Amino acid sequence: MSDFDLKTATQEYATRLGDDSVVLGHRLSEWTSNAPFLEEDIALSNVALDYIGRARMYYSYAAELAGNGKTEDDLAYTRDMREFRNLLIHELPRGDFAYTMVRQLFVDVFNTYYLPELAKSSDSTLAGIAQKGIKETRYHLRRSHEWALRLGDGTEESHKRMQRAIESLWGYTHELFDADPLEVQLADAGVGVHNAALRPAWLEQVSEILTEASLTVPKDDWAVRGGRIGYHTENLGHMLNDMQFLHRAYPGCQW
Amino acid sequence: MMTPEQNFMRKIEAEEKIEPKDWMPESYRQNLIRQISQHAHSEVIGMQPEGNWITRAPSLRRKAVLLSKVQDEGGHGLYLYSATETLGVKRADLIAAMQSGEAKYASIFNYPTQTWADIGAIGWLVDGAAIVNQVSLQRTSYGPYSRAMIRICKEESFHQRQGYELMIALAHGSPEQKAMAQDALNRFYWPALMMFGPHDAESAHSAKSMTWKIKRETNDDLRQKFIDQTVPQIEFLGLEHPDKDLKWNAERGHYDSGEIDWAEFYNVINGNGHCNRQRVEHHIRAHEEGAWVRDAMTAYNAKQQAKTAEQRQAA
Repeated sequence: MSDFDLKTATQEYATRLGDDSVVLGHRLSEWTSNAPFLEEDIALSNVALDYIGRARMYYSYAAELAGNGKTEDDLAYTRDMREFRNLLIHELPRGDFAYTMVRQLFVDVFNTYYLPELAKSSDSTLAGIAQKGIKETRYHLRRSHEWALRLGDGTEESHKRMQRAIESLWGYTHELFDADPLEVQLADAGVGVHNAALRPAWLEQVSEILTEASLTVPKDDWAVRGGRIGYHTENLGHMLNDMQFLHRAYPGCQW
Repeated sequence: MMTPEQNFMRKIEAEEKIEPKDWMPESYRQNLIRQISQHAHSEVIGMQPEGNWITRAPSLRRKAVLLSKVQDEGGHGLYLYSATETLGVKRADLIAAMQSGEAKYASIFNYPTQTWADIGAIGWLVDGAAIVNQVSLQRTSYGPYSRAMIRICKEESFHQRQGYELMIALAHGSPEQKAMAQDALNRFYWPALMMFGPHDAESAHSAKSMTWKIKRETNDDLRQKFIDQTVPQIEFLGLEHPDKDLKWNAERGHYDSGEIDWAEFYNVINGNGHCNRQRVEHHIRAHEEGAWVRDAMTAYNAKQQAKTAEQRQAA
């Protein structure tokens, strides 16, 4: 890979990671004033803020690499659904509290293994963003782990809701461990991460937590994919309608 | 020997704080419960009109700032519920009273946030008015309330600056943005003045609260401070002042202003504003939707306790 290609690939990669973060941060922010009690409302907003912060760092870096005067907001607010490259699990609706916490558990465990690898990147900006994320993820996982236990081993209803959420999200977890040629090349170049290698550790930890919570690990009998090529669920379009409306309605403004 | 009541009044007069375990007249306690819980509910209900724009904030920076602000409001709600609980009531009962309409929250949150500029107007004017009131309440006679106010004022000042900064960006932006800012100012200015409550002569709780130093300054004095401080802020934005009768009074050293529409004030206070029903229904819905989560927590904790007890017995 020539130097120029590496830069373009890194820019694309940072954009993808920014998309993952902004979309999940947005979903979490939908809980504000809707959580089961006040402390949890505050905690969910906090996690949402971490993701929005991470999105800003990835996007700013992508914009800097593009060097065409575009900003983080151009990336977040002026691209259409088909241009977004986030993994599908991040865009699914917030669902009920069980659904949100199961998604967090899957993503938090993923980040527990992914971010320390990215922190070793030869690209010091990506490594720095990952380093900051490691600390945040420790807190996020402590929360999603505790909630898995409380809800999995709480009441019959909470158990049922958790198991249902696990079943309906499981097929979206496989994509976390995919890599297209761009991501493979970046990983080979020491910039990115070989995601596929993270799955055994992820599966082990997720299984341990689910078992501890008296929940069942589903079979790997279905998978939905497409986020990294912009093939999204219907949910993302509606989310972007909301997120981008004001920015698009008054183009060229400073806010 | 002083009676407990004389000792209580001695402390009030000497500017000593009343603490949770101190003797206090029952009506002092009730008055505080009403006022502090109302303040807590206001913080929590206030999360809705502002939360209304989190998903539509026009830049990532603004989105983060707004999220963090709304989160702070939730935190203020928590300290204030805790301060109320020091008076011997339970948060669950306070919340039930708010949901039944028996307890009030700040009427300002019954106005809808229609445009993005409303988020700026709320930070600037609503938090601005709240700060004028809260700065005065830092000297309130009840210790836990006073300490909560000191902490909250710091964050509120930060919010007010952020709100004003948002308004500057709009007022100095495109003509459409400036019009949006003017419209928000026009809609929120009068309701912000109403936040200080009725004129002193009409105020139901004022006299006693002043004697007990729960309240330190009158509604009208606080409102005047706010009117005076807002005039140059509107000028700096280059917006038109919504009060056409506003005039500097050199003799008083204050601005004279037009009369507030008190019919509107009482209409909204009495539950008939644009969002009164919506706000309470939203709170009830979130609370009910979360019931299974709270039940699961209780059940889980009970199971854990039973396990620990069993282990102890076995040991």
